[in-house]
Amino acid sequence: MKITLTLNGKKTEAEIRPDMLLIDFVRQQGCSSVKRGCETANCGLCTVFMDDQPVLSCSVLAARADGHRIDTLEGLQEEAEEFGAFIAGQGAEQCGFCNPGMIMNAIALFREIPEPSVEEIQEYLAGNLCRCSGYEGQLRGILDFIEYRKNGGAR
Amino acid sequence: MLKIKNYVKAESLEQAYELNQKKSTCILGGMLWLKMSSRSFQTAVDLSGLGLDQIEETEEEFSIGAMVTLRQMEKHEGLNRFSDNAAAESVKSIVGVQFRNLATVGGSIFGRFGFSDVLTFFLALDTYVELYHGGIIPLEQFAKQPYDRDILIRLIVKKTKADCVYLSYRNTKTDFPVVTCAISSLDGKGCAVIGARPGRAQRIELPDAWREMITQEEGREKLAEQTAARMTFGSNMRASAQYREQLAKVLLKRGLKQFAEERSGN
Repeated sequence: MKITLTLNGKKTEAEIRPDMLLIDFVRQQGCSSVKRGCETANCGLCTVFMDDQPVLSCSVLAARADGHRIDTLEGLQEEAEEFGAFIAGQGAEQCGFCNPGMIMNAIALFREIPEPSVEEIQEYLAGNLCRCSGYEGQLRGILDFIEYRKNGGAR
Repeated sequence: MLKIKNYVKAESLEQAYELNQKKSTCILGGMLWLKMSSRSFQTAVDLSGLGLDQIEETEEEFSIGAMVTLRQMEKHEGLNRFSDNAAAESVKSIVGVQFRNLATVGGSIFGRFGFSDVLTFFLALDTYVELYHGGIIPLEQFAKQPYDRDILIRLIVKKTKADCVYLSYRNTKTDFPVVTCAISSLDGKGCAVIGARPGRAQRIELPDAWREMITQEEGREKLAEQTAARMTFGSNMRASAQYREQLAKVLLKRGLKQFAEERSGN
């Protein structure tokens, strides 16, 4: 079947199998930031935006994305770059495998709640698992970034 | 791995219902649970183009479309105001935001999963389901029925004067619940629901004297004991029946205490 969607701002048409998952589709289109982790909809590694909402691409049919806007980290590099530096600054990326998904969801958080509390951060990012950092470094990086932005550092 | 030969984005409920009469067809909700299976389907019917993704509020009721996501439910001001924030409380521990942006109310209710926080919550309110073929029936009745080939269109939550409390216990954050518990007062009548028993959530009416009983610690203890004794519990890899029963008593007691404190303005 044929689908047409907007992938990272670019109109994309493709012939797909009806049971193709969105994660396989976006990776096939070259978006390798989208990682395959648990495949049980638990880890958040495969997070992409569908019409600006963070979703798990391992659990959506590519067919369902027909007519929608899909964004991966490749399409949000400018927004992600500055924040990513704060995560790296805390040494919180470690193996790095969970980072793209975590950064995607953190961007969704900042868009929805520009100045989140620690509790709001922990609740919003509860679906992003990391097996290296213990989350403390990520939390410090996020709080530093929020502080930096409050002081007019970022957009 | 889930296999699907044909994908159909339904253009009407009638079309979806007709297609769903074949055993080789499946209806796609959020498809988070379905995706975990290794089943093969000739046809998957997607309801996402039928406008069932809205929560509508009137003077008398909430109408919650089957394709409304758990995240919409969590963020809906009217539903949370009406339920004392129990709507948000019931779903906030379900995996993460990305998951809740996909999982649908209809998927959770039609599936009547034992682990469903959503079923537990809605059973505590004056809730009905609208089925394409079966019409409007109470959720409590629907929750006891076996699976069939009907299609869930929406949930109807009557604005019966309600107070509600929701609690759950999980072995780890974002995991399936070990036990879920919702307590409500509907026009003054008490009702307790226990889910993840691990069977489907069970609703029990509280005795008429429940409001008086919960004012004292002893009364709450007694009511929690009596209520848990009327439920059945089972064992699975997550917990034993005895442990679940004990947890249910604790959650019931805490919920009743919350009720008592809110009533006295504490």
